[in-house]
Amino acid sequence: MSTTNNNLNEPQNLSSVAEVEDAKLAQIHEKPKSQGRIVFDRFVSHKPAMISTIVLIVITVFAFSSIGWGPFPGWWGQNYYHAGAVVDGGKPTLSLVPTWLGGEGFRIGEHPFGQDSVGKDYFALVMNGTQKSIIIGVVVGLVATVLGTVIGAVSGYFRGWVDEILMRITDLFIVIPLLVLAAVLGKMAGASTGSIITLALVLGLVTWTGLARLVRGEILSLREREYVAAAQAMGSKTSRVIFKHLIPNTMGVIIVNATFAIAGAILLESSLSYLGFGVKAPESSLGLLISQYQNAFTTRPWLFWWPGMIIVAIALSVNFLGDGLRDAFDPRQVGKKRRRRAGMFALPTRKEKP
Amino acid sequence: MWKFIAKRLGSALAVLFAASLLLYVLVINSGDPLKDLRESNADNREYLMAQRVEYMNLDAPWYGRYWDWLTGASKCLIGQCDLGRNINGVEVSGLLANAASSTLRLVVLATVIAAVLGIAIGVLTAIRQYSGLDYIVTFLTFLFFSLPVFWAAVLLKEYLAISYNDWLADPQISVGTSIAIGIVVGLVLQMFLGGSLKRRGITFFASAVFVPLVLQYSLWLNFYRYPQMGPAIIIVLTALLALSATAMSVGLKEKRVLYPALITVVLVLAMYYATFYMLLEPNGWILFFGLVLAVVIPAAIGRFMGGRLRKAAMSVSIITGVAGAALTIIDHLFRAWPRFLDVKGRPIATIGSSTANLEGGFWDHFLDNGTQLLMPTILLAVISLASYSRYTRSSMLEVQRQDYIRTARSKGLSERTVIFRHAFRNAMIPIATIAAFDFAGLIGGAVITERVFGWKGMGEMFATGLDHVDPAPVMAFFLVTGTAAILFNLLADIVYALLDPRIRV
Repeated sequence: MSTTNNNLNEPQNLSSVAEVEDAKLAQIHEKPKSQGRIVFDRFVSHKPAMISTIVLIVITVFAFSSIGWGPFPGWWGQNYYHAGAVVDGGKPTLSLVPTWLGGEGFRIGEHPFGQDSVGKDYFALVMNGTQKSIIIGVVVGLVATVLGTVIGAVSGYFRGWVDEILMRITDLFIVIPLLVLAAVLGKMAGASTGSIITLALVLGLVTWTGLARLVRGEILSLREREYVAAAQAMGSKTSRVIFKHLIPNTMGVIIVNATFAIAGAILLESSLSYLGFGVKAPESSLGLLISQYQNAFTTRPWLFWWPGMIIVAIALSVNFLGDGLRDAFDPRQVGKKRRRRAGMFALPTRKEKP
Repeated sequence: MWKFIAKRLGSALAVLFAASLLLYVLVINSGDPLKDLRESNADNREYLMAQRVEYMNLDAPWYGRYWDWLTGASKCLIGQCDLGRNINGVEVSGLLANAASSTLRLVVLATVIAAVLGIAIGVLTAIRQYSGLDYIVTFLTFLFFSLPVFWAAVLLKEYLAISYNDWLADPQISVGTSIAIGIVVGLVLQMFLGGSLKRRGITFFASAVFVPLVLQYSLWLNFYRYPQMGPAIIIVLTALLALSATAMSVGLKEKRVLYPALITVVLVLAMYYATFYMLLEPNGWILFFGLVLAVVIPAAIGRFMGGRLRKAAMSVSIITGVAGAALTIIDHLFRAWPRFLDVKGRPIATIGSSTANLEGGFWDHFLDNGTQLLMPTILLAVISLASYSRYTRSSMLEVQRQDYIRTARSKGLSERTVIFRHAFRNAMIPIATIAAFDFAGLIGGAVITERVFGWKGMGEMFATGLDHVDPAPVMAFFLVTGTAAILFNLLADIVYALLDPRIRV
């Protein structure tokens, strides 16, 4: 074998067909890659997912750096709580259409997203809302993922009465429509403290059920594998078997669902804020901005457009990111290959006819 | 099987009971039901508060109130529902009936449209995986997943409803616009119909020339205010549908399927003339009876003429018959449209489920309900269409990878047979269960759509109920959605077991 490997570049020196085949096999397996590396490579080559990652990073960096976060000051000169004089009806000063296309040329201006009815800078307001929406999305995603993973893993590993009880609890949360439960809990959270972290924790408490079911299914089949039996025979603690051996092998499902949970949480928060059961007035979020200004659509459309566009951009990129991750984790994924095409009504096209 | 169903129903009832208890406790603790009265300055404040305490039985402890609700709700099993009274002392059972009927009207239509279109698009994108069409549809489905519903609703109202109404006041399409529309239609059509480059080119040029001409001709006819169809067009459209349904199911060579379908087309024409005067001022029963006829007669024809292929013949004939009946109705709607525009100047409404005090006959009310339904239905359908097409696509791709599909291809079956007979049927098994879940979920999920479009449905009942910390309407909403969720879950399991012989219960 070693000689064949050395002669890789000159296959014509090989004497028999078998050796040529061997050489080809050796060539394919030239660079062994770790599982994580394969997944990463697949993800990087997934164009929509990479574009979404960049969009997400840009939005996040803008949201947190522009108006600052907590003790950190931002580079944007205006803040979201100071009212000022309304300039030019509060119209946005941002212009991206170059002059040769009949636009006003590229400029950012004083209030790129315009001003609201009392003259607050809308860019700062929207960035503040974006911060809050991202925080809600991430916290909900984290809480739901941790809860769902642990409950699903415990239920799938122990089976029996533990499984029965945990799955009935899951059913309980599935029978009450998500929006209803979230609205009731959101109203309670809003009545008690009104902070967005409370709201996010509460939303996390109701959105874990789907992941729990998925993880349980995966664990149910994984726990029958030999390596788990080996670990148990060697005397590993149950917690070690679950957290070291079982959960890492379901990481694909968990990560993919965590991304979708984030997108879902941002949309859920906006729905709740619209119905009046979510984020309340002194706090802010993109959903709240839309519901505050939805009646301004005909007079000041930008107050309605900007927060909506940013929600769509965030949710869309998170969804594409999740899709890319799912493809990357899918072991059956083989490069893109065009299928044979069928014509109208799946009738054979001319080429296929004998 | 029966044991399985009984066991599932038993545990489902237990879950429903526990969930109702949980929700009841959460709702009554979510705020103060007397808040607005405490802040009011009315003279009879004390009286109003006492009255509300009595209506809502606030003096009783929480378990007493829950018990009252539970005994009342369990009477539903013997047909005497007592769901308590809401914050204003109105019986919730009566409110629920109205709310449920308006929500069902909204949800059923949207689900059916979404399922049919979504499955069709899903199959098409799976057949042409990684084509331009596939990428565009994938992008659009992700976009629809990511839309905040109420945001999309406001855009839909503004750009579709209001601008259509404005346009309809004086329908004009400039020559440039109609050419642009023609080019867009051509691009979309060539993408959907596919085929070789030459065929795509022909499709594109034909529609890019044809569509602008049709648009200008229809303007000349003033079609948008005085639409007309007539029997000739009905018959051509029905015949085209019959031909394409035959081509899709078994191929045009099979005369045993083609002839019943064509006979149905002739019958549609006969029925058009036979029922013409009756349908000028019909009622709901006549329409329902007509629909039954449109299913039964073609089914009988297909059954007797189909021979070996009677199943395919029956379904193709039924599709033709129902489509013919629908076109006949549309013809009558066209006749009623100008009169309808006189009573309702801006037809596409954005608020409410029907226009109050509308004058006119059956068709006017029919059109009124339809135009009120249009916007929310489009919104709901587009959003669940995205998930249907996505699920169908992945299910089709999954099935197409399997060995029996390769076997079917390699034994020389035509692509049509492979896709519709072998792949599609098996791909539909998981979709049937998803449709069941989706329907149950939509009843609860229409809350926002109802709020945006001002429908007095169940979602609105829930939202206002929760706003006033009023448990009775919230629990009534939950009773319906929870029961629907459990029943449809069970139904999904049973359907799964029936469709897939590998599953044994």
